[in-house]
Amino acid sequence: MAQQPSSESAGHQHAGESAVHPPYLCPDYKATRLRAPEKPLVLLPESLSQVTGPAYGHGRVGPLDHDLTRQHGGEPLGERIVVTGRVLDGDGRPVRGSLIEIWQANAAGRYVHQGDRHPAPLDPNFTGAGRCLTDDDGRYRFVTLKPGAYPWGNHYNAWRPAHIHFSLFGPAFRSRLITQMYFPGDPLFDQDPIFQSVRDREARERLISRFDLETTEPEWALGYRFDIVLEGRGATPMER
Amino acid sequence: MALPPTPSQTIGPFFHFALLGEDRSELVAQDHPSAIRIGGTVYDGAGEVVPDAMLEIWQADADGRYVHPGGDGEGLVPKAGFSGFGRCGTNDEGRYEFLTIKPGPVPGPDGQRTLQAPHIWVSVFARGLLKRAVTRVYFPDEEKANAADPIFASIEDPDLCSTLVARPADEGGVLRFDIHLQGVRQTAFFDV
Repeated sequence: MAQQPSSESAGHQHAGESAVHPPYLCPDYKATRLRAPEKPLVLLPESLSQVTGPAYGHGRVGPLDHDLTRQHGGEPLGERIVVTGRVLDGDGRPVRGSLIEIWQANAAGRYVHQGDRHPAPLDPNFTGAGRCLTDDDGRYRFVTLKPGAYPWGNHYNAWRPAHIHFSLFGPAFRSRLITQMYFPGDPLFDQDPIFQSVRDREARERLISRFDLETTEPEWALGYRFDIVLEGRGATPMER
Repeated sequence: MALPPTPSQTIGPFFHFALLGEDRSELVAQDHPSAIRIGGTVYDGAGEVVPDAMLEIWQADADGRYVHPGGDGEGLVPKAGFSGFGRCGTNDEGRYEFLTIKPGPVPGPDGQRTLQAPHIWVSVFARGLLKRAVTRVYFPDEEKANAADPIFASIEDPDLCSTLVARPADEGGVLRFDIHLQGVRQTAFFDV
């Protein structure tokens, strides 16, 4: 899904970066108004953030950490799904052995978090946190539930589209990414200032997973594909 | 073939149960002979504390080497017991604190000819930050090395530059590095 060269990818990384990632300040997303840095960013020589990066989580990933439906005594309620895809660097090479952490609301749209006041039920069989390492092909796979939409206080009748949070490290400091994966055809996209904070339409669409019949498992779970491209290119120690 | 990257989105308010389940704020044992504490408060543009941020640090070891997966080049040799990576949430008072060691100087952007002053990378994630804010902690007892640091020296505004230097350890022994996301006291952030 990330194969199409988008309008802003002229090969100049800083110009491309500002067009791909959202700006800090998006007034429609109210929390940015007092938290967005305003001063120009200090530019760095590319080499400084490309070469090394933390390796976090190795040896900490348990065999069931990728399956959010099997972390408790019983089965959680909701629509079981498989989410899979590949993690690539800017040159299209697989990012191998890299930690992915995900978290999400349950099928009713409620997070296991004391700060979540949405009056929707918690599910004793669902926490909503998972992690895994990418394989040699850059591939990952999670089994989970489709999260519910939920209201938030940003504006009158504001609802977040269903989403799964993704945290990735990749091979270098520069490739660190936290993002959100959305589901195709969500009617809430137009009114969501977080999704809309990505100004470029093609870039925004790269946040949307696609339904995939090949990933779908008969009599068991729908499948969604979500490929992720991390910043950074050039020879890295991971590739040797 | 250059692929366009996946855009960043905010960490949101509800990440603690997934990302902070294990305490990663201590990079060395408490009785490590060279252990130092670095902490501070994260503020927003109104001067209010930010109680729902997550900070990650990434640094070289005392010899100026980054622990890197598969590292086999100069400066990439892992040293047992020190990962160089830490993660900590801010508390209700907007406070964070890491226990670590002071990194050594690392090679500059041109390789071995210049050295960067000892520094620690800091990434700030929070609700209201659509992408991370990245800064670097420099040390107050390294005035000469800081002045010669190619990154530090590239910042022309002296007030902005001074936001990168931690304040000397207080009576509690904690090097203080407050982070102001916005406003006249805003911390210098980097485009990585």
